[in-house]
Amino acid sequence: MNPFDLDRWQEVGDALLASPVRTLLSMAGVFWGTFALVVMLGFGKGLETATERAVRGMATNAVFLWGGKRTMPFQGFPTDEWLELDASDVEPLRQLEGMRWLAPRNQLGGHRGSGVARRGPEAGTFNVVGDVPEMAFIETSRFDGGRFLDELDLDERRKVAVIGKQVAETLFADGADPMGDWIEIGGVPFKVVGLYHSARTDDMGDREEQTIHIPLTTFRTVFDGGRPSVQWFAAVAEDNVSASDLEDRMKVLLKERHHVHPDDDMAFGSFNAEREFGRIRRLFSGIRGTTWLVGSATLLSGAIGIGNVMLVVVRERTREIGVRRAVGATPRDIVRMILMEALVMTSLAGFAGLVAGVVLCELASAAIGPDNPSFGPPQVDATATLIAGVVLVCAGLLAGVLPARRAAAIHPVEALRSE
Amino acid sequence: MIRLRELRKSYVMAGRPLPVLKGIDLTIPTGELAAITGSSGSGKSTLLNVLGILDAYDSGSYELGDVLVKDLTEARAAELRNKYVGFVFQSFHLLPYKNATENVALPLYYAGIPRRERFRRANELLERVGLGDRADHLPNQLSGGQKQRVAIARSLVTNPRLLLADEPTGALDSATSKEIMDLLVEVNRAGTTVVVVTHESVVADRCPRRIRLVDGLIAEDQHS
Ligand SMILES: Nc1ncnc2c1ncn2[C@@H]1O[C@H](COP(=O)(O)OP(=O)(O)O)[C@@H](O)[C@H]1O
Ligand SMILES: [Mg+2]
Repeated sequence: MNPFDLDRWQEVGDALLASPVRTLLSMAGVFWGTFALVVMLGFGKGLETATERAVRGMATNAVFLWGGKRTMPFQGFPTDEWLELDASDVEPLRQLEGMRWLAPRNQLGGHRGSGVARRGPEAGTFNVVGDVPEMAFIETSRFDGGRFLDELDLDERRKVAVIGKQVAETLFADGADPMGDWIEIGGVPFKVVGLYHSARTDDMGDREEQTIHIPLTTFRTVFDGGRPSVQWFAAVAEDNVSASDLEDRMKVLLKERHHVHPDDDMAFGSFNAEREFGRIRRLFSGIRGTTWLVGSATLLSGAIGIGNVMLVVVRERTREIGVRRAVGATPRDIVRMILMEALVMTSLAGFAGLVAGVVLCELASAAIGPDNPSFGPPQVDATATLIAGVVLVCAGLLAGVLPARRAAAIHPVEALRSE
Repeated sequence: MIRLRELRKSYVMAGRPLPVLKGIDLTIPTGELAAITGSSGSGKSTLLNVLGILDAYDSGSYELGDVLVKDLTEARAAELRNKYVGFVFQSFHLLPYKNATENVALPLYYAGIPRRERFRRANELLERVGLGDRADHLPNQLSGGQKQRVAIARSLVTNPRLLLADEPTGALDSATSKEIMDLLVEVNRAGTTVVVVTHESVVADRCPRRIRLVDGLIAEDQHS
């Protein structure tokens, strides 16, 4: 006999429809389990999307490194001395194994410092930074016009500036086209050659758009009195190289070059995007894992609920099973019947829960909108749906096993005598 | 049709064997209409269940047609039941959520007959038992006599060689009992071997052969 025989399913449907209220009630647990799983996964995905969007545009294997104070005496050099990184560190760092991009940067007023820029009557306080062309590969902004700084700008110490969207909005409030126009930083005129907005949606993105980039060489001449110092380095590791490994190698090299004790871990400050992203990723995989755990447990308890109801049903249908045996059903036929009933109930309930969950996620998506910074649209992906489906079928079979065995063990003579 | 030799069966009660059939020798030729009578507890139902391959026996032998019914697997027993035997019970045993046609068609489902064909044959049988106009009625919409007619239609739907009825009129009034017996007599005339268990003499007297069980043994075997 063909297992996909429509007839069998019809027989199962008839039996389930014989007491529709009981069937529906016993399906409720699995319905809620699936619904909860889908909704939790969907909203988790939404959160994840929002977070990913917030950090978009920052290389995930980036390392930032700056000089601190020596905390251990070494080779006759005292503690508490500020370590100054400089231009001579650039080339050795670039030669490091696994280094893809390296960009030194200086900032007006130091780390998180700012400078005043003006254009005619308009003025504002912005991050003014000296950059090299490589920075464009580390902080990947979206250009609305012009270009980033290039080698020629640096070689000739040109007085050119690349400005973020919010800088343009302040200084070009009159609606003039910033491209090719002039702005003043610390009384020195710079020509605007590039305009961009950030790819990120968080406050780091805001900061990025409030930045004015000028050539590092120009920056040194104009603002650092010609000193070749470097405030910090931004680096990106090669694709298959861990940012943490690169960070370690950079520190080892710089410790050697600046007479720092190999164990003096406080001498250089650093930020490793990979580690941060890893933390976020672990957080989300934790959330996802918990969701699956809770969802599956709910589902399982739903399946157990169905199994329980079916045990009662089997007892109530003892006589029916006896009749079926008397007219030619084998124990296997009975097992199959009960298993199929359990399967149909769990699948239908699960499918309904799935649909309800997806509908809720879609409604929430529409309400949240595509570009909400703090919450992405809840999404239910196909893989999760598939897995949930497989889990459901297994749960259904599981729910049916015990009742089916109980049903198969019913002796027809006993069943028919029971009055 | 039926040949029993030295058939014995006992139930285990409180750890002790309780003999119910104590050596039955019985031959029922094809086409016979036989009644099995006897007081309550004499082993009539037990004997009928053995004949219907619904229950196993301990020793002796049972041949149904040319099949030796002994040590069968559940699957084989089910197949033989489905093919060769029809059952009618005192309390009808119709499935409450199925209508008359669906109840009658049930044995054909286990015979692997397609749905449409099942229902066609089931309706034919309902016509034959005079219930053509009740095909879509549920059991609780039928009288006792009508229910038993549906049950008889169900027992005949696979064209069995043997129809076994355990107190088929036990739950019916005398007028209806007579109708049901008329029907069974007619079924027998059409060629089916029929064995009826009863303790009512009115019913037994309709049968040309009457076998009386006393305490698990055949005490009397009358032909008329
Ligand atoms: N499953 C069983 N376990 C123990 N004793 C049984 C069982 N079935 C029947 N009996 C006993 O077997 C005897 C014969 O039963 P049965 O064949 O039903 O008699 P009848 O149908 O003639 O009234 C009775 O004493 C009954 O109590
Ligand atoms: Mg009896």
